[in-house]
Amino acid sequence: MSLILLQILNGLQYGLLLFLAASGLTLVFGILGIINLAHGAFYMLGAYAALTLTARLGDIFLALAAGIPLAFAFGAAIEWLFIRHLYKRDHLQQVLLTFALILVFNEIQQTVWGNYPLSIPMPSYLSSSISLTADLGYPVYRLALMAICIVLALVMMFVIQNTRAGRLIRAAESNPEMVEALGFDSRILFRIVFATGAALAAAAGILAAPVESAYPGIGDRVLIISFVVVVIGGIGSIRGAFLGSLLIGLADAFGKVFVPKFSSVLIYALMALVLVLRPSGLFGRQ
Amino acid sequence: MNELLEARGLNAYYGASHVLRGVDFRVGRGETVSLLGRNGMGKTTLLRTLMGLTPSKSGDIRLGGADIRGWRPSAIARAGVGFVPEGRGIFPNLTVEENLVFAAREGADGRRDWTREGIFALFPRLAERRTNWGNQLSGGEQQMLTIGRALMSNPALLMVDEATEGLAPLVRDDIWRTLKLIADKGVAIVVVDKNLDDLKALCRRHVILVKGEVVFEGSTEELAARDDFVRSQLGL
Repeated sequence: MSLILLQILNGLQYGLLLFLAASGLTLVFGILGIINLAHGAFYMLGAYAALTLTARLGDIFLALAAGIPLAFAFGAAIEWLFIRHLYKRDHLQQVLLTFALILVFNEIQQTVWGNYPLSIPMPSYLSSSISLTADLGYPVYRLALMAICIVLALVMMFVIQNTRAGRLIRAAESNPEMVEALGFDSRILFRIVFATGAALAAAAGILAAPVESAYPGIGDRVLIISFVVVVIGGIGSIRGAFLGSLLIGLADAFGKVFVPKFSSVLIYALMALVLVLRPSGLFGRQ
Repeated sequence: MNELLEARGLNAYYGASHVLRGVDFRVGRGETVSLLGRNGMGKTTLLRTLMGLTPSKSGDIRLGGADIRGWRPSAIARAGVGFVPEGRGIFPNLTVEENLVFAAREGADGRRDWTREGIFALFPRLAERRTNWGNQLSGGEQQMLTIGRALMSNPALLMVDEATEGLAPLVRDDIWRTLKLIADKGVAIVVVDKNLDDLKALCRRHVILVKGEVVFEGSTEELAARDDFVRSQLGL
């Protein structure tokens, strides 16, 4: 029983982190139509930046508070410098340029932080465990991490459902040309969406850093799984990304324990199953 | 006449295809103008070019005296042009009310003639369905919503592409009646449609495009006087 509870918590924690990364990817893909292979690199840079920011500011949550606006500004700059030139180009050119960005970001990472895994300290006040059952303790930091992810997810969903900015995002997801024809400058909207995606991915990287360290290639793994989430949830759907992330998180956590030989293919089997049943994803438009 | 929109010598291409060939087109303040022609003659391209959605290769477009050629569609919309595209362009994942509120803005001249409640008074069907999603509406309701959404920006000029295409006769009558009401409020209208009689009833001036060129421009009386020519050009 404790094992199942433990795997549920591990699955939810992984899934919630994945949601932060994948929600940005699905917005960028759904609204801008950009296949952004460099999205995982924002997660990677977030994880490494967590090291530097925590060292300077003394706390991972201060690092998060500083890292989100920094990543937003960085994302906006990348959009202005590179991505905006891709909107009217085909997917091959998008893939080529964003792959080039991965190489550049990896070089930056190696130059600044080196080629070794680096661990980021948990805040001392969250480094203990709490007892969930008689024989099961769970790290407090992981619970805090889940709580922050849930708050960010709720804020994101509230903004999208209930605010003018959210209406703009939903409208642009279905018909960006009409949004422009109604008087909204899509250049600004696209820049904000891309920068938000970068900030969300970096936030996930910062929060994950004390749990899984920062290491070269961390962004590539997140990128691939995030694309699986986007496919499962439906392109452009935040709700879909949320459900898809949790499904993958739980499938991964339980797969590793109960079918370890097949755990690496389990999430792809899940994706294939969703594609067979709902080709446009759980919440994608038909 | 005091011109609101004036285009001269417009040329536009889709790839190698020369779609607009030196088109001159004008709309006066508060004027109603129909744009006629068979399919593929350049009507939609002309509206999209005026709106800034399709680039023009050469020519001149002035709105209220300002040179707007090359402006972004959002800037043209803010300068006072409302656009109802072919296929309607409803946001399916926004409710009726959200679709309307989305576009709410005071006009370029500071007017706020059209409000959400005003649109609901104009289209009571939309008021009944205010919480429905855009994709839950019938074709007629979608067209009402697109027109209402364009009006929410309080435009000086409303451009409606294929105003009643695919709609039931009763709904079509509703749309024409509403366009007349809008025109009576002083909004200039350019409308593309295939129903010649309805266009003659609504519009004071008519323009026929053939292969991207203006082959006729004149009043309703002049259009009626050249009935055989008009019908042959329109394939009626």
